[in-house]
Amino acid sequence: MLEIKNLHATVGGKGILNGLDLTIGAGEVHAIMGPNGSGKSTLSYVLSGREGYEVTEGEVAYQGRNLLEMEPEERAGAGVFLAFQYPVEIPGVPNTTFLREAVNAVRKYKGAPTLDPMAFLKVLRAKIKELQVPDDLLKRAVNVGFSGGEKKRNEILQMALLDPSLAILDETDSGLDIDALKTVADGVNAMRAPDRSVLVITHYQRLLDYIVPDRVHVLAHGRIVRSGGKELALELEKTGYAGFTGEAA
Amino acid sequence: MGEQLATADILQKYGTGAARAETPAQPWLESLRTGARERAAAAGLPTPKQESWKYTNLRPLEKLAFGPRSQDQIGIDRLPNLLPQGQSARRLVFVNGQFRADLSTRAALPEGVRAGSLANALAEDGAGLKDLLGRIANGDGEDQAMLDLNTAFVSDGLFLHVAVGVRIDLPIEVIYLGTAPREPQAFHPRCLIAMEENSSAIVVEHHAGIGGGAYFANHGCEARIGERAELRHYKVQAEADDAIHMANVHVEVGAGGVYDSFALTRGARLSRNEVRVRLEAPGAECHLNGVYMLRGDQHCDNTTAIEHLAPETSSREVFKGVLDDRARGVFQGKIVVHPKAQKSDGHQLSKALLLSDSAEMDAKPELEIYADDVKCSHGATAGDMDPDALFYLRARGIPEATARHMLIEAFLSDTINSLAAKGLCPALMSSVGHWLSDAATGDAP
Repeated sequence: MLEIKNLHATVGGKGILNGLDLTIGAGEVHAIMGPNGSGKSTLSYVLSGREGYEVTEGEVAYQGRNLLEMEPEERAGAGVFLAFQYPVEIPGVPNTTFLREAVNAVRKYKGAPTLDPMAFLKVLRAKIKELQVPDDLLKRAVNVGFSGGEKKRNEILQMALLDPSLAILDETDSGLDIDALKTVADGVNAMRAPDRSVLVITHYQRLLDYIVPDRVHVLAHGRIVRSGGKELALELEKTGYAGFTGEAA
Repeated sequence: MGEQLATADILQKYGTGAARAETPAQPWLESLRTGARERAAAAGLPTPKQESWKYTNLRPLEKLAFGPRSQDQIGIDRLPNLLPQGQSARRLVFVNGQFRADLSTRAALPEGVRAGSLANALAEDGAGLKDLLGRIANGDGEDQAMLDLNTAFVSDGLFLHVAVGVRIDLPIEVIYLGTAPREPQAFHPRCLIAMEENSSAIVVEHHAGIGGGAYFANHGCEARIGERAELRHYKVQAEADDAIHMANVHVEVGAGGVYDSFALTRGARLSRNEVRVRLEAPGAECHLNGVYMLRGDQHCDNTTAIEHLAPETSSREVFKGVLDDRARGVFQGKIVVHPKAQKSDGHQLSKALLLSDSAEMDAKPELEIYADDVKCSHGATAGDMDPDALFYLRARGIPEATARHMLIEAFLSDTINSLAAKGLCPALMSSVGHWLSDAATGDAP
């Protein structure tokens, strides 16, 4: 599904990723854990094509295609989804309009017919029921005035509607209370499928109690410094990151 | 001050129309015109050396040579649509400043409402208008040469009178068409509105060009809003690409009265909306709002001056603009709170979205406060489109061009959707849509 080789990236001229290698097979759930400043968010932005994140070396193949050559909207159309750490507030754009535009844009990329507003509403209603998203969030402007938990639910709703092949969750657990965390995790778990891969990026092990990964990787100084099974997360929880970052434990 | 012109030259240069022939000779009217003509000639066209014209240069106007009156044949099928059929109480159409009964509707109006051509009203009841016309928009005050120029040629335009206690819900729709099939045209429509106590009305102006060509539409408007009366005065300016559009609006608001105005600008190469409001008695209120969307070399100036003359008066202003290419936006907002106007509040906001590095926005708020117990605020911002919002939309598969359009609409929509007359919001939003789709087809002026 995703193959990252020797990825180097800079932000504002500063090297953040320094030779990152990662391979995620179809149907797998991987977790990347790392301390602040290790390059977690940079990785998610490089994969989703944000401006200002410059790849200086290495390659990223997604379903055999060169991901780095694609525009952000093409990546989304091809099935890459990033759940933002900080979902953006967009005053003046009703959430429902946004969701419909996004769903229809991705459907176009896939060659599927677009949904008219009525047909879309039907799909939307079913999804919000499934994910326990309050009705009220649809009427408001995108993320405006949403609580932290509501913003994250809105991300998961978008993920469910866009039906991606590769979902990247960037610190989706930050700012969530335990109930919201469970809802979000349920939403992700419901989407686990043989043809879908998930990359969970997180600072804390907590989320991984609910979304149990197949593989766990430790990111430090812009490289994967250790990989292992789900038990690695528990080990990290006990020992902290100090042992991996090269600093004295 | 601009170059002074002899009064005869003013007549010749800016008066294509045989304005005076259309209304019967009335000494008071003639003296109103003569006085204005002399003031306009003495002042000349305003120049950027004058503070209130600092950012707007009328040189393109000086360069135009106006020909004798000429018009395209305009049939009813060529009228632009803003309000859907049946959504106005009456539609009045003016072509190059002259009323066209054949293009207008004659639906019956509620008793106590007169809405029609000023020229007709002057012909029927000249004496009755003597104390109204030129009383509020009188050329006093700073830099009123453009209003004087309008008054010098006063002859036709909208006349609206709403009697005590009469409230009319459907808008009076006024379509001003400009057309210059051969030589450039100049015209000076004058709008006169009198809202008596407890009355209310909505006026929707639609300014459009037909068949291209350069013309100078120099509008003058004066409105008296009586006690507890309300006037909603909305305008869509979609003039021809080569047009020059000037509007001078003077309003007096009585106790508890409301003047609510909104101007959407997307046409004309050069335009200015100048609105001057006097809040004369306790509880008087005004809302002066607008949006503008400009590209190419378009220039739009929104200049407002609000005088709080009595206690507990309030004013609200929000102007938002989107500027592309080399377009330039100007906002000048003056609020004067006089010593007697205690417990008044005035709030003003100007926001511009710059889509190109060559676009320019000049905002000049001016607050003069002579009372101590007042609440006043102002703010002005100009900036690029939010890159985070743009990326967020694109990361969801929305193509960049669509995402930009969504963000432009979003930027303007809250100002449009805050209109008191909700029924007009869809028409105004579709005007924004037209502007955006013009960009998509590369149809820049």
